[in-house]
Parts: sequence; C-alpha cells; structure tokens
Amino acid sequence: MEDFLPYLAVLLPAMTAAISTGAPILYATLGELVMERGGVLNLGVEGMMMVGALAAFLGCYHTGSPWFGLLCGGFSAMLMSMLHGAICLIFQGSQVVSGLALTIFGTGLANYLGTPYIQMKIQGFTALDVPLLSSIPVLGPIFFQQDVLVYLSYILPFLLWWLLMRTRFGLALRATGENPAAVRAAGISPGAVRWAALMLGGFLVGLGGAYLALASMRMWVDNLVSGRGWIAVALVIFAFWRPGRAVFGVYLFSGITAYLFRAQALGVGIPTAFLSMLPYLMTLAVLLASSLRGKDSGAPADLANNLRPED
Amino acid sequence: MMSGWRIVSRTEPREWGSVVIFAAAFALSLLICGLLLQVQGKDGALGVGLLLSGGFGHLYSYGETLLKAIPIFLCSLGVALCFRLQIWNIGAEGQYVIGTLGGTWFVLTFASLPGWLLLPGMLISAMLAGGFWACVSAVLRQRFGMNEIISTLMLNYIGIEILKYLIYGPWRDPAAMNFPVSPYFSDSAVIAQIWNSSFWLDFGLSENIVDVMAQLCGRAHWGILSCLIAGCLCSFFLQKTRLGYEITAAGSNAKAARFAGIPYSRLVILVMFICGALAGLAGIQECSATLERLEPHIVVGYGYTAVVVAWLAKLRTVRIAFFAIILAGLRVGVENVQLELQVSNSFANTLEGIILITVLAGQFFNDYSLKRKFS
Repeated sequence: MEDFLPYLAVLLPAMTAAISTGAPILYATLGELVMERGGVLNLGVEGMMMVGALAAFLGCYHTGSPWFGLLCGGFSAMLMSMLHGAICLIFQGSQVVSGLALTIFGTGLANYLGTPYIQMKIQGFTALDVPLLSSIPVLGPIFFQQDVLVYLSYILPFLLWWLLMRTRFGLALRATGENPAAVRAAGISPGAVRWAALMLGGFLVGLGGAYLALASMRMWVDNLVSGRGWIAVALVIFAFWRPGRAVFGVYLFSGITAYLFRAQALGVGIPTAFLSMLPYLMTLAVLLASSLRGKDSGAPADLANNLRPED
Repeated sequence: MMSGWRIVSRTEPREWGSVVIFAAAFALSLLICGLLLQVQGKDGALGVGLLLSGGFGHLYSYGETLLKAIPIFLCSLGVALCFRLQIWNIGAEGQYVIGTLGGTWFVLTFASLPGWLLLPGMLISAMLAGGFWACVSAVLRQRFGMNEIISTLMLNYIGIEILKYLIYGPWRDPAAMNFPVSPYFSDSAVIAQIWNSSFWLDFGLSENIVDVMAQLCGRAHWGILSCLIAGCLCSFFLQKTRLGYEITAAGSNAKAARFAGIPYSRLVILVMFICGALAGLAGIQECSATLERLEPHIVVGYGYTAVVVAWLAKLRTVRIAFFAIILAGLRVGVENVQLELQVSNSFANTLEGIILITVLAGQFFNDYSLKRKFS
C-alpha cells in the first residue's frame, strides 16, 4: 500500500494540469466540431491555431492587454477560416487540399512573422482563484484555481450544445451538414449557414491557439502549437461529432498525458523519448478507439462535399 | 449566387488553362511574399528578385536546385500514387525519416562489408524501413477504418521523435564533441557527386571547363539516377500493367472496383509501401550524399513539399518532375533570401502554402465560367 501513495499524490497535480492543458484543445475541438457539423471539413486547424497564437501574442505584447490578445487570436483564426471558405465555398476547391494548404501556410506564416519575438515574454492570463469554490478540498485546486479562460471553457460546451440542439440556427447548421438540398428547400441558404459555421468555428479554434500563447506558454516559441490542432481533428471523430463527448475525449486525452508525465517524474521507468511521442501516440489511440466503436460513427452525411455553384 | 452573373460549369477545360492559371497564381504568390517581406521591414522587391535569381538565375542554382529536386521528386512520386487511389497519405515526411534511420542502421552495423554490398544494402534497408512505416497507416486504415490523414501525420511526428532519440542517444558519435550527429558513413556507403573535378582534370580537361562544370553541377549526386529509374518504372507500371490500371480504376470508384473483384485493401497496402519505400530511398540518399552521416538537419519538410508537388502536378509523372524542380528552385531561392535578408527558414513553407492556395482557388476558372445573367 505504501508504494502506491506517491502515485496517488501525483494524481492531484496531474488532474490540475490536465484541466489547463486540455483547455486549448477543447476550444479547438469544439471549433472544428461546429464546422464539421455544418458539413465543412477543415484540416487547417493546426495552421489556424498557429496564426491565432501569434496574433494573440502580438496583441498582448503590444498593448499589454491579454483580453485584446484573445480577441486578436480569435479573429485572426476566423480570417483563416474564411480563407478556407473562400476556397471551398466560392472557388470550389477540395476541402481536404485546402485544409492542408491552410496548415502549411498558417504554420509557415506564424513561424516567419514570429521569428523576431522568439523567447519574448508577455504577462498573459494567470491563475485566478474562484472565491469559496477554490477552497473545496480536492476539487477546488483542480477546477477552481485556474485562469479565466479555463472557467470560460467550462461554460462553452453547454452554450454550444444549446446553440446546436435548441436553436433554429443550430437546426439549420446540422441540417446543412446532413442534407443541404433540404435546407435550401426550407428557404435557407446552405452557403450562408456554412459561412456562419466557418466563422464561429474559426473563432473558437483561434481562442484555442490564443490560450497556448497567453496562458500556457506566455511567450513566443517556434512551432508553438506542435500538433495540437491535429489532436483536435482526431478528437472530433472520437466525439462522434457531439459536444458532450468532445469534452469527455479532451479531458481523457489530457488527463492520461498529464498523469504519465507526472508519473515519470517519480522515477517510473518511462523513457523520456517515449514521453515526447506521447501526444501523438495518444492521438493514434484516440482514433483507434473511435474506429473500434461501431460503424455508424455519426459523421455528417454531407461532410467534405462542396455545394454545387450552379444551383 | 452572384448578382448579375451566373456560374456555369465548363464542359471542356480551356486549352492552356492550367498553364495560365499556374503562371498567374505563381505571380500572385510572389507578390504576396514580397508584401510579407515588406511587413518585416525588408525590401520586398529585392527579396523576390533574390528568390528567383537564387533558385534559377545563377550557375550554382542549377546544381543546388537539382539536389533538392531529387528527394522531392521521389517522395512526390509515391504520394501521387497514393492520391491516385484516393489515399490521403501525408506521411512522406515520416517515411523519409524512418527510411533514413533504416539505411543508417545498416551502414553503422555492417560498416565492414565490402562496398558492393554495403551501398545496395543501405538503400534496400532504407526502402524497407520506409515502406513498413507507411504500411502501419495502410493497415490501420484497412483493418480499423482509421483516418489515414491523421495517422500518417502522427507517424511523421513520431518518426522525428525516434530520430531525435537515436541521434541524441545510442547513435551519437562520441568523437563529435556532444553534437547530435552519427559517425561518418564509410566511404563506400557515400553516394558520389555527379561532377568529379579531379577525375576530369586527370582526364585532361582544361581547368576552365572543369571549374564551370563544378559550379554548374554543384552538390548534385548520382541519386538522380534513382529518380529516372523510379519515374520510368512508375509510368510503365501505371500505363502498361494490369495492377497499375486497377489502381487508377479503384481510385475513381472504390466501390465499383470491389465489385469488379479488384483486391482494394491489398492495393492500398501496396501503394503505401511503394510510397514509403521511395520516401525512404529519398531520405537515405540525402543523408549519404550530402551529409555523409545522420544529422537532425536531414528533416527539412521535403515530405510536405512532395504533397504540394503531387497535387500541383495533378499526379502526372512528368509534371511531378517539373513541379519538383520548380519548388526545389524556390527552396534554393529562399535560402538565398535567408542569407541576404536574414529571414527565418519558415518563409519557404509560407511560400509553398500560398502557391497551393492560389492555384487551388485559381482552378475554379478552369472548371467554371462566369456568364452574364439575362443575356
């Protein structure tokens, strides 16, 4: 029994870390989920997060206001998302290729423009204890001694669930992902709905990138996002395109990752090289788990198809 | 959709359409790059000039461009084969890395073998390693229906981590002052450069000619032969063999192909293996010919450039060669810009991304035309 105590002791800091490392992935996953529910596959999440992170960093660096940085992050990724919209919704380009192009371009652009700022620090968001709640034993330190953006991320899934499942807009959005022709027959433009999905989703993805710059790192480094955008894409599949399952997937992912990192510090025989591969291996595991679960994965029927321009 | 205009799909694509579109997209991309340089306070026009002259304008540009075109072409050939079958293999980068590791393992383990065994052994070992790495994604896709875009990408990251582990750990040369490099390959495992000045001097060629030729060929190496062989085999395979025909058929309609009795799963695994093998070959050649040992610098994103090339070339072999040279030239040009204007090397990725985006959007004008309404 004595032997297990250290492992239990790291559980608490590991879960605290899981919440804060999970938050940016949660924002990005929910953003991608909104876009895919509307029928647009956007593989540019990685690039969009990079651009969002850089814009957030620059916004905060030059004005000193992390909130302004956050808005910069959201809106810049929204612009990237609209570029995807321009290519796929107007110019009829392949959604897969356009998304990959967005990733190549966004990663390159952010690294290029960020070079002069490497290692420079910003104030960013720091932990802000919630009065009363933060003094709850065990749960308090895990959930309520985080930064503001984490608290926002608690509310966001509920808001999105409400938006998607309980509003007319959400109904139109889901219908556009399944059957755009039916949406048009109902007198709503599926193109307009997809634009809205791209803008909202892009903004959320940008918040994910912004979180990395403003709260996780609080400085600029090359390749800041390092694959987290792809994890978000994988987690949408794992979530079967449902916001609630996305939350579960994100925290499962970040929880296991954070625990293994802490456990290694205790001197368990986990090689460091294995740990640096861990996020990618975990992403593969996430995908494997979702493909082992059933054939009917719940993907929107019209996902990745373009609307025909002639109609 | 647009007021006053109607979008009509073209029945026949315009003659020269794709050439015009590429030229226009290319020009637009250079303009954007110039603006990006201007944003960082550099002279944009000068930068674009340096980019073009560095890649295509000097005597030394040609050898350097060819040197970079070799791995890009090999990777792209394999990627295009996968794309033909509608397999979105983005993993050439990781297959390139693992191939390099396979080849390096052979060279370091069997260093004492005679040259006629060591060199082919190295190449084959690299191709097998790269091929098997690609097969991981292929099997995961066919067996579990796992999305190959994400799995190949994750295997890229994992492959690079394996490289780092080996080069910072067991394969680090103790004599290299703690630098993360492997010991040098033995001479017989080094792929020679095309131009051998001392040989031609001995042969009696005048010093001027030898000098010019040495500049022209630069560091380009005999790996170019593997490009010719692979390119020819690939064309032959796709156009003259039953299997090649099946790949094209299954790519255009996977369901119909299954009904026609084409072994779809096996085809997927085959093309992925070929792609991995070609990427692995590209990796070990780059390693052996230009660095003569394993270094982390071996990973420079050729695998991603290959995806761009395959798509720009619409998967056609000859066009892949053309676009591989163009994008290799741009990489050389970017190095020139880097040197002269001190910008970061991610400028190359930015440029490639912009070209891909502009060509992708420009494609629209080849497929559709705008007609005035009520005319």
